[in-house]
Amino acid sequence: MAPAAPKSGDAIFASVDRVNAELFTLTYGAIVRQLLTDLEEVEEVNKQLDQMGYNMGVRLVDEFLAKSNVTRCVDFRETTEVIAKVGFKMFLGVTASVTNWDSEGTTCSLILEDNPLVDFVELPDNCQGLHYCNILSGVVRGALEMVSMKTEVAWLRDMLRGDDVFELQVKLLKQVPEEYPYKDDE
Amino acid sequence: MIGVGKIKQYSNVLDRPISKGKQEVSLSAFAFLFSELVQYNQTQVDNIGELERRLEDAGYAVGARVLELLCHREKGNRRETRLLGILSFIHSTVWKVLFGKVADSLEKGTEHEDEYMISEKELLVNRFISIPKDMGAFNCGAFVAGIVRGVLYNAGFPAVVTAHFVPVDGQQRPRTTILIKFAEEVLQREARLG
Repeated sequence: MAPAAPKSGDAIFASVDRVNAELFTLTYGAIVRQLLTDLEEVEEVNKQLDQMGYNMGVRLVDEFLAKSNVTRCVDFRETTEVIAKVGFKMFLGVTASVTNWDSEGTTCSLILEDNPLVDFVELPDNCQGLHYCNILSGVVRGALEMVSMKTEVAWLRDMLRGDDVFELQVKLLKQVPEEYPYKDDE
Repeated sequence: MIGVGKIKQYSNVLDRPISKGKQEVSLSAFAFLFSELVQYNQTQVDNIGELERRLEDAGYAVGARVLELLCHREKGNRRETRLLGILSFIHSTVWKVLFGKVADSLEKGTEHEDEYMISEKELLVNRFISIPKDMGAFNCGAFVAGIVRGVLYNAGFPAVVTAHFVPVDGQQRPRTTILIKFAEEVLQREARLG
């Protein structure tokens, strides 16, 4: 049987089960609030959110590959395009755009104008160092690591801090060749 | 300034228009997020009772906000003052908005006057969760119980809300029941209102 052609983000999103975005938003808010109460330090919370996102991304990428039927991406450019157009759409229902490529093609920015995580959210004065959406950076990092790309992900612009969009910078550090679990001669 | 940039930036989050509530995310995104919530809380506690309490507290925060949002959006800022009114609000409106369907049933307890039960064949939050044998009666529906408690408390009906598994004949997975036990003052007020 020939493999199915890759589906567009909209088509996949229409075919998966969906829930109200507000439940998602409010649950995420409850998580951030719990972390702030437990950890108290904003930097610690950022790290914990990133770790949680990493755990999610590691498992999320399996579902992504299974449902989206994308073919192997030729280079990092294509990878980030696929993440922005298909990945984000499939899980969050919004598309991102990819811009700001550097000369070597290893660093780019994902721009999110619409982010369901931050509906109804305002950062209080004592939490100005908080990257509220840090879970997203963890998800991207975790997902890419599972497909053999070590990346560094950081927030450049944050709407909760007064910018006009969310800008996530993704930097490819290195491609890790897949290791075979068994030795060839055994 | 009006018209600058694609989206008008409001300086105050309270000035922004409220969304219609039609936006959706994938169920798996929510399931992953919920599993992270449970896993994180597991690292912070020593026993199951604590874990349930923390999940309930998280749900409480959600419930408080859901009540505000839905009262404004769905009911035109009218608030419920009667017991049956608030229960049917939770059973239909809240459930419909959060989980996409009304709850399976709403029953009054037979043994006690102050107990009501909302049942659901399979809670959305429990759909991808399996409880290991050594965790006994733990139910992640404690999160949903917290949501209900948040709604009730902030609407002026303090209650103790818990989630239980109820085995059903002929069904492999047990049904989940949210048990609501109202405080004394609620029943007294209800009796006074006639």
